[in-house]
Amino acid sequence: MKFKALLAATVVSTLASTLGAQAADLTIGFSQIGSESGWRAAETSVSKAEAKKRDITFKIADAQQKQENQIKAIRSFIAQGVDAIFLAPVVATGWDQVLKEAKESKIPVVLLDRDIDASGKDLYLTAVTSDSVHEGAVAGEWLAKTVGDKPCAVVELQGTVGASVATNRKKGFDTAIASHSNIKLVRSQTGDFTRAKGKEVMESFIKAEGGGKNICAVYAHNDDMMVGAIQAMKEAGLKPGTDVLTVSIDAVPDIFKAIAAGEANATVELTPNMAGPAFDAVVAYKDKGTVPPKWIQTESKLYTSADDPQKIYESKKGLGY
Amino acid sequence: MALRLPRSGVPQVLAFLAILAVNWMVSAQFFDIRFQDGRLFGSLIDVFNRGAPVALLAIGMVLVIATRGIDLSVGAVMAICGAIAATLADTQPLPVVIAAALGAGLLCGLWNGLLVAVLGIQPIIATLILMVAGRGIAQLITEGRIVTFTSPDLAWFGGGSVLGVPAPVAITFTVLVLTILLVRRTALGLMIEATGGNARASALAGVGTRVMTMAVYVWCGFCSALAGIVAAADILGADANNSGLWLELDAILAVVIGGTSLFGGRFSVVLAVLGALIIQAMNTGILLSGYPPEFNLVVKAVVVLVVLLMQSPRFSGLAILLSGARK
Repeated sequence: MKFKALLAATVVSTLASTLGAQAADLTIGFSQIGSESGWRAAETSVSKAEAKKRDITFKIADAQQKQENQIKAIRSFIAQGVDAIFLAPVVATGWDQVLKEAKESKIPVVLLDRDIDASGKDLYLTAVTSDSVHEGAVAGEWLAKTVGDKPCAVVELQGTVGASVATNRKKGFDTAIASHSNIKLVRSQTGDFTRAKGKEVMESFIKAEGGGKNICAVYAHNDDMMVGAIQAMKEAGLKPGTDVLTVSIDAVPDIFKAIAAGEANATVELTPNMAGPAFDAVVAYKDKGTVPPKWIQTESKLYTSADDPQKIYESKKGLGY
Repeated sequence: MALRLPRSGVPQVLAFLAILAVNWMVSAQFFDIRFQDGRLFGSLIDVFNRGAPVALLAIGMVLVIATRGIDLSVGAVMAICGAIAATLADTQPLPVVIAAALGAGLLCGLWNGLLVAVLGIQPIIATLILMVAGRGIAQLITEGRIVTFTSPDLAWFGGGSVLGVPAPVAITFTVLVLTILLVRRTALGLMIEATGGNARASALAGVGTRVMTMAVYVWCGFCSALAGIVAAADILGADANNSGLWLELDAILAVVIGGTSLFGGRFSVVLAVLGALIIQAMNTGILLSGYPPEFNLVVKAVVVLVVLLMQSPRFSGLAILLSGARK
């Protein structure tokens, strides 16, 4: 594997030097958290593709969900004298020392997907993350626009209790529907971000709301719970996508399959392409000295049946979700 | 009086009925049952259907605990077997899929049994190995993603029905009857209790304690595999990260609620299953109630505490004392 990566790196760099591209000589190290979820795997494969597109030599260190491994990886990147370091921090604290070392070696650090504590603000170049409050708001606005003035009872499948993503996605959605008095959140429970729990919770929602006839829309904090909820609705004789509107977040491949089949309506993308904007920021910083803003927000794009879901499914399914 | 073991099941049955009554109070339609696509449909059915995986785990777990052991790996074994079943489902015929998944479960059980019975490693440590490694194995099988399948044959194990009864409930009932026949219609149950009561004395008395211990872990692996198949069939996919996660604790809790002591010896398979149903009735009730999810675990903890107190010989002794004092 290592040999393969080395070979690929050599090929890429030779190719790049013959082409004489601007970013050709850049070597960037990426300390990835590990393979905690399908999204992570997709982020890794998209990052590799984005690096290849820009002829950047890209080294990935898998930390297996351990901060100590990430710190080791960063130190080894510093020792190798890379041009920049990408870091997807597994936790928010404990980075000051190693980031100082990177700073002293004049290696810019870019945070991907997650932020660190405010004390380390001046130790990194920029953070590329998604705004999960905004994601919830996009979902809420889509629902408000779709139902118009009709009264609508919404049930919500929350993420894991206490997870910041769940809190934020709820907050954004609540704010977006607050100004629409016809939309009411009637039930809200946690589905722990999983399909099985999403299905179980939806089953009980359907029974508690008169066989589901009173439910106008389902909002789920992630697509996996929605996939479970769709099964629960089908088993209860409801038609998700037509009888009951659905909107969820993440844009994993399976939800596009459901949208293509007319069983789901909308999803808000948490893009796995965090590295793309980060590469651009580093290249601009290295070439022209442009200092990027401290926070680069990724786009939270809304997808519906109008966006050729089958095609998106085909393009996403190989990414490792 | 204080020595009377809570085997009659009165506290468990009372607790189950009480929880069902509370569920009916928070949700008036709780006992409504109708047919939907040839399958019984209603909240009460959900209790049995959703409780099936933990009930299956509890059937295996209660025998292990009766030998004074414990199996922490059941959740991970569920994940492995579910992953195998889902991966093979669309390319292999159903018998092959089921045989592979159950075979993997039996192997996992055999591994645990070998570590405990032959190498003499403490059960909690021995099964901890597979608990941790097993989930990794499951992730390797699914390559870290959720493997979905479309095979209607395998889907039957989650969404099918037998005479209107959901398949998971029917499967659990069959395994329950089979287990009871095995341990109560033969001397097996007695030998398992003897092994748990005093392994050394039993061995000297001629009981094959080593074989007994191995057998209960293998059976536990088999039950876990079935639970894994049911869980995968339910969501039409294998989620190696989450399938069976923390369910070993629910299974142990079900056994304990069922009145079986963690110190081994006497056990009741039926009450362990009832324990699983008590846990699920509580979960379903919480979901129906509409309380904010932050309360879920607190409510669960309080109910479990009450059920366990109801069974405590000292506590019932105290109640008798108090009622005597009032007279």
